[in-house]
Amino acid sequence: MFDRCYVCARMLNTVAVTLLAGKASYVVLLFGALLLGIQTTLLRAEDTPQLLTPELGEPLHPSDIENYEITIFPNGKNLPEGQGTVAQGEVLYQTQCAMCHGKKGIEGPAARLAGSDGWFSFRDPLRVLRIRKHPVLLISVGSMWPFATTIFDYIRRAMPHQAPKSLNNDEVYALTAYILHLNDLLNTATQLDKHSILEINMPGKARSVIAD
Amino acid sequence: MKKTSVKAVAGNGLLDRRSFLMSGIALSASCSLGPLAASASKPGGVSSQSISESFPEWMKVPGHAATEYGQPSAHESQVRRHLQKSAPETSIFSIWHTPIENQRGIITPSGLHFTVNHNGIPDIAPQRHVLMIHGLVERPLKFDVDSLMLYPMVSNIHFLECAGNTASNAVSLTSLDQSAQELFGQISGSEWTGIPLKHLFKEAGIKASAKWVIAEGADGGSHSRSIPLDKLLDDAIIALYQNGERIRPSQGYPMRLFVPGWEGNLNIKWLHRLEVTDQPAYTKDESGLYSDILEDGKIQRFSFHMDVKSLITHPSGRQLLPEKRGFYEISGLAWSGYGKIKLVEVSADGGKTWARAHIESPILPKSLTRFSMPWRWNGTDAILLSRATDEAGRVQPTRDQWRAQHASYSFNHYNGIQAWHISSSGVVENCYV
Ligand code: HEC
Repeated sequence: MFDRCYVCARMLNTVAVTLLAGKASYVVLLFGALLLGIQTTLLRAEDTPQLLTPELGEPLHPSDIENYEITIFPNGKNLPEGQGTVAQGEVLYQTQCAMCHGKKGIEGPAARLAGSDGWFSFRDPLRVLRIRKHPVLLISVGSMWPFATTIFDYIRRAMPHQAPKSLNNDEVYALTAYILHLNDLLNTATQLDKHSILEINMPGKARSVIAD
Repeated sequence: MKKTSVKAVAGNGLLDRRSFLMSGIALSASCSLGPLAASASKPGGVSSQSISESFPEWMKVPGHAATEYGQPSAHESQVRRHLQKSAPETSIFSIWHTPIENQRGIITPSGLHFTVNHNGIPDIAPQRHVLMIHGLVERPLKFDVDSLMLYPMVSNIHFLECAGNTASNAVSLTSLDQSAQELFGQISGSEWTGIPLKHLFKEAGIKASAKWVIAEGADGGSHSRSIPLDKLLDDAIIALYQNGERIRPSQGYPMRLFVPGWEGNLNIKWLHRLEVTDQPAYTKDESGLYSDILEDGKIQRFSFHMDVKSLITHPSGRQLLPEKRGFYEISGLAWSGYGKIKLVEVSADGGKTWARAHIESPILPKSLTRFSMPWRWNGTDAILLSRATDEAGRVQPTRDQWRAQHASYSFNHYNGIQAWHISSSGVVENCYV
């Protein structure tokens, strides 16, 4: 009940503001319709030149959004400070990831993180048997993903599967480094951070075509 | 009644699509499903007897009360979603298939709608849920659920299909003996009601450089996808209702993005953030799992449309035709992410001859569309096919044509013509032709 009153009060507020703005006829229609509870049909008049909506959005301040802006773009936008090495990543991987993705990142049952995609691979003689059991192992992060930034983005938001968002930025850099290393895309000496991650040339990029 | 003749229109027993609609065809003899409970006694014959004797129990006692939220009949308890098999380690990512062969009409009951949950279904408190719009906008905005409920809404009937629906027919070398639910259970149809996204974008003021929107859910995995702004301005909605009630948790309660005709994975459930940008983010699902590997090894990204497709649901895989040499109504579903269905053809002889099926109203864009075709089965081997064409002129390819364009292990966006083999004993089985 309280919620509804609150909403009604906000509606009245909007009505008042809009009246001042001189859109009286629409407002009468809008408010009347809301009272009748049939706003949908009335407001959808096909010939209405301008969209009429209550405009109830509240300003979103930078401080509101800061912690939620977790999408990492291929150009590095939103990459945080921090760093990690292959060696650090290996320890984390074997304790937190290997039980689902396999010791080498190819065994499954969860998605294949390393190696080629497809039915066959000479580097993984058991591949055909694995795929029979877990068909999703047909695809692979290492061979298909076009940007290393996505590995960072996805681990940080979603992995480990049963405890998403539990890793800190250094740990995510380290795990990203280890997955890249499993794919021969990063040597053990390099430290991964917001600059070096942009240097990685993923094989999936050259294979990309965009659907029309 | 007008007398009409039943006209054959294609090989192996396909009859004129108007046959069932016309009056007076003697179909009833073979179609009736068992005799009604017969009783010799005539109601009301002898005055000292009550009429009770000839009536079933449920006509002799008062029925029970209704409940606050109705459930299907207990006799229909076999009509259930099925969980696709997975390893314990991957079970958080669950895929539930709708029993498509039990559906008639074009609306899937909400509780049976297919559902794919990459990181499970979150329990969201609606009072604390906020939709944020930011990035390349003049006025970054946030909306609570109560405010959004006051916006003008539209309702449309649309299909929703997972990009991986029917994947096994794309990649499996031998045709798996599976039901329509197992093979095609990641397609459903609903009426979706909500706010055209263009209203909210107008309120926020889109900047001229904007081209893409990164949509994100409030689930454990913060599922996210990059979607072209033009599409969202065209016909996407923030869906708050499905089939007349608030959308269910498995469909994104309290709100989801609905992007008509495009792959299911983009229709972000539990939507909480829309970041307007000038570039795609290449999120996890647009980097590997939902892309198409082409015949030359190239990886095709951003194939958003679900292409024209159809299947015969009655009869379909793992069913048994009870009546040898009987009349049957072949019935099925067709749909296209590019618009309305224009034509559905059916073959009963594995594609040698085809005839036009009857398309039932309503015929709506980007919606399941029901077709039917009368058929007299002569009791011998038959292969039933359906082939849909949409208003854009797109025609369903054969399985071979589809595979010729893709790597042998590419499994998304498969829309090859489906074949059901019917043996002389009436067993219906998935097959390749
Ligand atoms: C409980 C099992 C489990 C654990 C533990 C786990 N994962 Fe995953 N992971 C999965 C599943 C299942 C998927 C597929 C999810 C999907 O497709 O939505 C996945 C997907 C991924 C992917 C994307 C693969 C692709 O091809 O789309 C990456 C990268 C990944 N995990 C990294 C990690 C890392 C790093 C860890 C350790 C910190 C980890 N995972 C721990 C189950 C797990």
